[in-house]
Amino acid sequence: MSVLQELFDNRQKKALLMPYITGGYPSLHGCGHVLDAFIEGGADMIELGVPFSDPLADGPVVQASAQQALDEGVTPDDVLELASRYSSRLPVVLLVYYNCIFAYGQDRFAAAAAGAGVNGLIVPDLPVDEASEFIEACRACGVDAILLVAPTSTGERIEMIAAQASGFIYCVSVAGVTGARTSLSDRLPEFLERVRAGTDVPLAVGFGVSTPEQAAAVARYADGVIIGSKLISIVRDAGEIDIAARAVKTFLSQVNEVLIK
Amino acid sequence: MSIPARFGPYGGRYVPETVIPALDELTAAYESLRDDSAFRSRLDDLLKNFVGRPTPLYFTERLSASLGGPRIYLKREDLCHTGAHKINNTIGQLLLAKQMGKTRVIAETGAGQHGVATAAAAALFGIPCAIYMGEKDIGRQELNVVRMKLLGAEVIPVSSGSRTLKDAMNDAIRDWVTNVENTYYVIGSVAGPAPYPAIVRELQSVIGREAHAQIQEAEGRLPTELIACVGGGSNAMGLFAPFLDNEDIRLTGVEAGGEGLDTGKHGASIERGQRGVLHGSLSYVLQDAYGQILEAHSISAGLDYPGVGPEHSFLHDQGRVRYDSVTDAEALSAFTMLSETEGIIPALESAHAIAYLVKHIDRFTGEDLIIVNLSGRGDKDVYQAARALELL
Ligand SMILES: Cc1ncc(COP(=O)(O)O)c(C=O)c1O
Repeated sequence: MSVLQELFDNRQKKALLMPYITGGYPSLHGCGHVLDAFIEGGADMIELGVPFSDPLADGPVVQASAQQALDEGVTPDDVLELASRYSSRLPVVLLVYYNCIFAYGQDRFAAAAAGAGVNGLIVPDLPVDEASEFIEACRACGVDAILLVAPTSTGERIEMIAAQASGFIYCVSVAGVTGARTSLSDRLPEFLERVRAGTDVPLAVGFGVSTPEQAAAVARYADGVIIGSKLISIVRDAGEIDIAARAVKTFLSQVNEVLIK
Repeated sequence: MSIPARFGPYGGRYVPETVIPALDELTAAYESLRDDSAFRSRLDDLLKNFVGRPTPLYFTERLSASLGGPRIYLKREDLCHTGAHKINNTIGQLLLAKQMGKTRVIAETGAGQHGVATAAAAALFGIPCAIYMGEKDIGRQELNVVRMKLLGAEVIPVSSGSRTLKDAMNDAIRDWVTNVENTYYVIGSVAGPAPYPAIVRELQSVIGREAHAQIQEAEGRLPTELIACVGGGSNAMGLFAPFLDNEDIRLTGVEAGGEGLDTGKHGASIERGQRGVLHGSLSYVLQDAYGQILEAHSISAGLDYPGVGPEHSFLHDQGRVRYDSVTDAEALSAFTMLSETEGIIPALESAHAIAYLVKHIDRFTGEDLIIVNLSGRGDKDVYQAARALELL
């Protein structure tokens, strides 16, 4: 069975804490400090982004972080190297836009990810209909291809996605791009129930979660809570990396609190 | 009848899951409406009475004489309402949006021609409209920004990345992902995820159908070569489509050579790009070894794009269409030449097609019969040209 699914199934918390940071943000060195803070703050899994020039599923905060990492010269190989340094401590999933995988070669990328100890790959611009070769490549290396569902997904599409899913399913909380939101969608419970009815694969919710209260609300219906833009804005606003790491740890500890049973 | 999602290996739908159901809905709506007689007659009526079609196929007496070789015709898309071929597409897509019950439309624009054409069609149908435009393009295509505003559209400046068409399209897609339930996204070229490349091709192919009939009427024979500029590739695809099956007719697409292909500052995605995924489809893309998209460069905002429609990539691989490029400087001198010899100020985009012909005139003989797609008029470019030519 998939390492990731096992992690969800054996959890002692209401939901797993899954923080996201763009790989190489605010710098390659600084990103390591942020990842240390993730672990100290109670993270159960690390989600690392591979910076891409045209991240069309991302809002302004993640976009700016990717641009800064690219300006620093961060490459997919750097992010894989970073992942390899943390994958012995916590499960790691990468968020990668499809063109980065395509340019690398799907088989080669999946193999490199597996080599770095990465457990799953999330490709926000690769819907299930286009993903068969990619899913093959991942399976061959023992890496989970993490598929996304959206509130707009029809019943038929949820079935298609569920049939191919492994590790967990990434449930996008609202129609939209990444970014902190002041409130969660009223339709989230109904949406998650629809997905749940069609699959045994664990469900993680991302896009917009930015407070412990929201995380608690999500944990009532989902198996994992993904937090991204909020963490990036904490790092951005802190300025100095030591202050940033402390702020990240404090924030995650507060979220973790509400996720512990 | 179903429309293609792929052209050989190219095309597809590489976009977030959130909008896939909307692409399915669009495909189904278009497939049923394209053969619907009420839809067709409404579209034909608007193309005739709102756009001003058919556009003339004009014989260039002085240009042909001064170049001394082939007989050269211009397909006068510059005479379309709003000044470019873009409106052939936006009228069709707005009709579609209306039929689908959408209450808001959005679009990306580079030169502003697609933005103006979308804004005009949205005004015609009484649908609110927002246009994404890169800040760099807002600076160099000011006239069109004002036109969009006069037509009631909201113009949203895009400050990310290269601040041009590519980034405008990113933000338009992000808007669509966010507002997909009520919003229709009017893509302006034969690019983007399926079904857009096929829909835009079909809506633009009115150009080629008219030209096919007009040239036979005028000359009693078919042309030997068609030439069109290629940004995303919609005016080229529209002209070429009805001629693709006739292998005797040479088809040439002209990309933006910018400051020269070896300077790295150009928009020649087919000549200098590799296969990759940008804005929802697999095609040739200007990118680095890691798949990061590179900035394009062109004097012409409409060609300043690091990608190209997927069908062009396919036609390139097949060898059916030949792609070449001309530089900014060559386009500028064709811009002046056409203005002075024919009394027609072309769009800088279209000037690329003229410039190709001028540059390669030795390849042609008196037997050759050529149609150049004059995709748009140059009013929007006069200040930029004046600065480059030091007229002001
Ligand atoms: C007059 C004109 N021609 C050509 C283009 C390039 O687009 P396409 O290659 O889709 O025809 C534009 C785009 O803005 C344009 O305004």
